[in-house]
Amino acid sequence: MTRQLSFSQAVNEAMAISMREDQDVILLGEDVAGGAAVDHLQDEEAWGGVMGVTKGLVQEFGRDRIIDTPIAEAGYVGAAVTAAATGMRPIAELMFNDFIGSCLDEVMNQGAKLRYMFGGKAKVPLTIRTMHGAGFRAAAQHSQSLYSFFTHIPGIKVVIPSTPYDAKGLLLESIFDDDLVVFFEDKTLYTMKGEVPEGSYRIPFGKADIKRSGEDVTIVAIGKMVHTAIKAADELAKHGIEAEIVDPRTLSPLDEDTILSSVEKTGRLVVVDEANPRCSAATDIAALAADKGFDYLDAPVKMVTAPHTPVPFAPTLEDIYLPTPDKIVKAVQEMTGSELAI
Amino acid sequence: MSKKEAAWMFQKMLEIRHFEDRVHEIFGTGVLPGFVHLYAGEEAIAVGLCSHLDDNDYITSTHRGHGHCIAKGCDLDGMMAEIYGRSTGLCKGKGGSMHIADVEKGMLGANGIVGGGFPLAVGAGLTHKLKKTGSVAVCFFGDGANNHGTFHEGINMAAIWDLPVIFVAENNGFGEATPFHYASSCKSIADRAISYNIPGETVDGKDVIAVREAAKRAVERARNGEGPTLIECVTYRNYGHFEGDAQTYKGEEKVKHLHDLDAIKKFYTYLTEQGIMTEEELDQMDEDVRKDIDRAVEFAEKSPHPLPEQLLEDVYVSYKTNGGAGA
Repeated sequence: MTRQLSFSQAVNEAMAISMREDQDVILLGEDVAGGAAVDHLQDEEAWGGVMGVTKGLVQEFGRDRIIDTPIAEAGYVGAAVTAAATGMRPIAELMFNDFIGSCLDEVMNQGAKLRYMFGGKAKVPLTIRTMHGAGFRAAAQHSQSLYSFFTHIPGIKVVIPSTPYDAKGLLLESIFDDDLVVFFEDKTLYTMKGEVPEGSYRIPFGKADIKRSGEDVTIVAIGKMVHTAIKAADELAKHGIEAEIVDPRTLSPLDEDTILSSVEKTGRLVVVDEANPRCSAATDIAALAADKGFDYLDAPVKMVTAPHTPVPFAPTLEDIYLPTPDKIVKAVQEMTGSELAI
Repeated sequence: MSKKEAAWMFQKMLEIRHFEDRVHEIFGTGVLPGFVHLYAGEEAIAVGLCSHLDDNDYITSTHRGHGHCIAKGCDLDGMMAEIYGRSTGLCKGKGGSMHIADVEKGMLGANGIVGGGFPLAVGAGLTHKLKKTGSVAVCFFGDGANNHGTFHEGINMAAIWDLPVIFVAENNGFGEATPFHYASSCKSIADRAISYNIPGETVDGKDVIAVREAAKRAVERARNGEGPTLIECVTYRNYGHFEGDAQTYKGEEKVKHLHDLDAIKKFYTYLTEQGIMTEEELDQMDEDVRKDIDRAVEFAEKSPHPLPEQLLEDVYVSYKTNGGAGA
């Protein structure tokens, strides 16, 4: 049997490989080792991040490279920007993407713009790993999906893997990329297992992955929505509709060609995104189809997204906040009408 | 201290302790959703401070906010229902443990963002100053937040504008799993007051009388328009950073804090030795509070879940729902 790892283990392994390959790779964040300067604490008992994703790294690489920071996001993310610009290759862990509110300037006005403002005379090989996503009952300030925020800013690359395999390959690509990358990890995917090869491999940016082939409708799904879309596709298949699921994997750069080719083949596009719907990755991809793929479309583009509200705490509300397979099936039904019987 | 005041303080400390112990117990059974951060062990701070406040005074809180809510007078039933995510919760189940709020009680919300409270308290203080209310704002924050940039921005502004704000550090020794002495380049948080030219003092945060006295000086100063104060209360949390934390970073001191140094035991001894209240009275209060908590749990468990349409409500004042924007 091929080796199975959880999403969390895949992320951990990518970091470990990168740190073995390159002494300049360091990790900074809140409790990424855990229990700094606690005399009695053995490293193997340390947290390794609030979700345990970085557990074990401090044992192999020591506290000089796995650096616990004060709870001071502007401080350590900003420091990571210039550590990157001056010779290191840092990974900064922003525990929840919601905390970008505390360090947006460092990312948006400093890290993203250094190279351009300096006329190409600087590079910022920094990877910001951050946790996102609803469905964990973590409420409004710990559940957002803010990748469209970063996609909007030139100078930032935005990566959002949906499987353990993609997570490892994309994180290695991120760490060794010479630009600022924001790497999104869905907290509800950490325990998901999948095939992950040993050793180093990299998945190039801007290369979408077709997670399922089909002829009748293209579903572009982002992050964990890939799995929601797969469930919807299984249901649609029972009714004779074959959906093609395109996982962009990176939102900046965006693999326009793969999305447009798929739409050309199927004539229909549904975009599934758990983020809020205005000025989002979903609207961006819908606009791509309208702008460059209008002639391919047999029906208006549909979006299945969260509503325009914060993430609610109550489980009963959070469950209806998120896109579901049913909502995707319904969207496909609406666009196919009687043409493809359901 | 009058008997009435003493009884109120002891009552609130018990409410916090039993509420938190009970939430800990229920969380262990897996029925509570989300993240829960418990305040047990730190009761003397919220209660000592809030003993000088009324509903017109504001407080800002932290992710460890249940104790602040209780001390500020939030309803126990409504709090418990909020933690259960029910529609009868103080925030209709939309906020949860980390966002419990009751603006009418002057409770401006628990907060999921470390360091979030400093500027929020400054804003509330600004309102008090401009409207000449004579009321104050109290900013509770942890030792982790004392290294956040908002600490500096918030306290500095409160100081230059002489705002009626009291900054209350709850130094429980750890920001998450990281010790205070590692993360903070200062011997005490109170020392940092010097840079803002305001009074700063450190008190035993397990001693409700000590906290209450320091708070009295700070609240009087604020009400008199003399500006902010920084109070550091040294304490310890009985539970982990969050429920589920193995707390491997804690050492032997843990046992001492749970027993000998316990804030409620200390106050119990004080009240009985001073003859302010009898053991019988205090024990009866303990029994009654346990029943109150039982009732709160029962209320929460019997409460309805929010209705689907509530998902779209409360986003804007101007629209009944979310404005129809892409819903």
